[in-house]
Amino acid sequence: MTRYLWLMIGLTAGVALLFVASLLVGPAKISPLVSLSALIWGDSGPLTLVMREIRLPRALLGIMVGASLGLCGAAMQGYLRNPLAEPGLIGVSGSAALGAVIAIQTGLTAAFALALPLAALAGAAVSVVLLFALAGPRGGSLTLILAGIAISALAGAFTALVLSLSPNPFAATEIVFWMMGSLADRSFLHVTLALPFILLGLALLLPLARGLDTLTLGEDAAAALGTHLLRLRLTLISGVAVMVGTATAVAGAVGFVGLVVPHLLRSAVGARPGKLLAASALGGAAMVLAADIAVRLILPGRDLKLGVLTAIVGAPLFLHLVYRTRRDGG
Amino acid sequence: MRLLLCLIAGFVVALTQIGIGNAAPARVVSMNLCTDQLAMLLAAEGQLVSVSYLARDERSSAMARQAQNYPVNHGLAEEIFLLKPDLVIAGQFTSQTTVSMLKRLGMPVAIMSPAYALDDVRDRITEMGRHLGRERKAAELIAAFDAGLVALRDTSAKHSRRRPRAAVYAASGYVSGPESLSGAILDAAGFDNVAREAGVPVGGLLPLEQLVLLNPDLVVLPTPWPGASRSEEVLGHPALLALQDRTAAAPLTDRDWICGTPRVLNAIASLVNVRKKISEAP
Repeated sequence: MTRYLWLMIGLTAGVALLFVASLLVGPAKISPLVSLSALIWGDSGPLTLVMREIRLPRALLGIMVGASLGLCGAAMQGYLRNPLAEPGLIGVSGSAALGAVIAIQTGLTAAFALALPLAALAGAAVSVVLLFALAGPRGGSLTLILAGIAISALAGAFTALVLSLSPNPFAATEIVFWMMGSLADRSFLHVTLALPFILLGLALLLPLARGLDTLTLGEDAAAALGTHLLRLRLTLISGVAVMVGTATAVAGAVGFVGLVVPHLLRSAVGARPGKLLAASALGGAAMVLAADIAVRLILPGRDLKLGVLTAIVGAPLFLHLVYRTRRDGG
Repeated sequence: MRLLLCLIAGFVVALTQIGIGNAAPARVVSMNLCTDQLAMLLAAEGQLVSVSYLARDERSSAMARQAQNYPVNHGLAEEIFLLKPDLVIAGQFTSQTTVSMLKRLGMPVAIMSPAYALDDVRDRITEMGRHLGRERKAAELIAAFDAGLVALRDTSAKHSRRRPRAAVYAASGYVSGPESLSGAILDAAGFDNVAREAGVPVGGLLPLEQLVLLNPDLVVLPTPWPGASRSEEVLGHPALLALQDRTAAAPLTDRDWICGTPRVLNAIASLVNVRKKISEAP
């Protein structure tokens, strides 16, 4: 227990540190003390505007998006008992992006702002339901990955199609954003839009810890221990759809966070899927904040996509996992 | 019968061409939005046989109505070849494959650069006049342009000694520098371009936070396109709106800002009005 406590304290401290660092990094070079005092005390000057309206929402969204992706990765992997189940890789983020793009291009979002997260959520829900139906309760690697490839490809193709049909000349160039994700130029409008849904997702997924722990003993044992399997499954699907949908609606599809973070933390929590949930939420927040700081340090003033960095870290790890799955005869 | 009429008409046109001089081409096709407009301004009756489809687009073309009188092309080598032009006028950024295909087919192709300054506007008018054999018309147009420009500069200078600082900001945070046509329009209207302070000569991406810290007196934004895009979302960012609130209501960049034709005078005039408002403000 103490080890877990220390882990959580360490992760929280890491997120807090990265949050402050994210506030201090940007294309405009401002000294840390000046910018923090402009943020906290503030005046009507341009510096306060930059800190409060540009950097603060960006850092907050980094936490929200990262926590969502980390938590959803851990939850899906716990439920399917398969370390390859990651929202970005198996097409859940891609489908959410398709939902968001349809809502934006049909003009729904202009009429009704909540249409954006709701449409993305619907897109994510369709793909999670489809994946769970195809992969079955044990989530065999092969079916899961193959179904995920097909769903990703289809969602990506439709996203490109919808954006190409748009009368807006910029829309077609934004396929990269929807497939790679970015937090550039997001504002408090996006924070207020996403926050209620992210909180709802946390409320749905975090209490599943005990159920996921019992599931490691097998479904019969879990049912005998009082876990209501159907309810667990439905809550999990809703939670993942809400969180991945919302995160994708505001930041595009950022891949690999839900794969890397649970993998790194799994041994630290003694391979207990229940404990992994909260730890992965914190770890995901730290990873996305770090990636968002890195994109601004590597190419300040250009919008390097978050997914570029998460994939550079995540894809080799994914290959390693595939190799181990094969060696274990899975 | 129609064929006969066409032949007669062609013969008449050919005769008038002989009157103008050997150099003047009789069938000119333009395949670039900006050369379209210059050609429509300068060409003799019947000399211009086709303009690009963009010339009819209300959003990009300052002469969309006039373009209705010309058949349009879509910049495809095949359709241009079938028009049997004796001169094709393309822009510097027209597809290179199409241009080289037309040259291989034996078409004379003239390539014109875009305008990056008001001097370029005069040069392009002269150049187009030479291509079309309409030098006199071109000289008249330049004289009218210069007169209009002098009048606007006088009005602008009357308003105030101080030159306000402005930015021309577009989708994805693209800012136009002093060495671009938009920059030249700002300058002519009596504004200093903050892109110069940011070290952007022609144009490039300027992150929103840098724009906010530069704190310009005026931000000129583009007319939004239909549909929606994430690239344009930055133009509605609360930080930018807060900046706009403190400054005068700016005009939006539109079709008058795109091409180096005398229509840039309209763009300058709208900015001169804003400068007047800024100088009158307490």
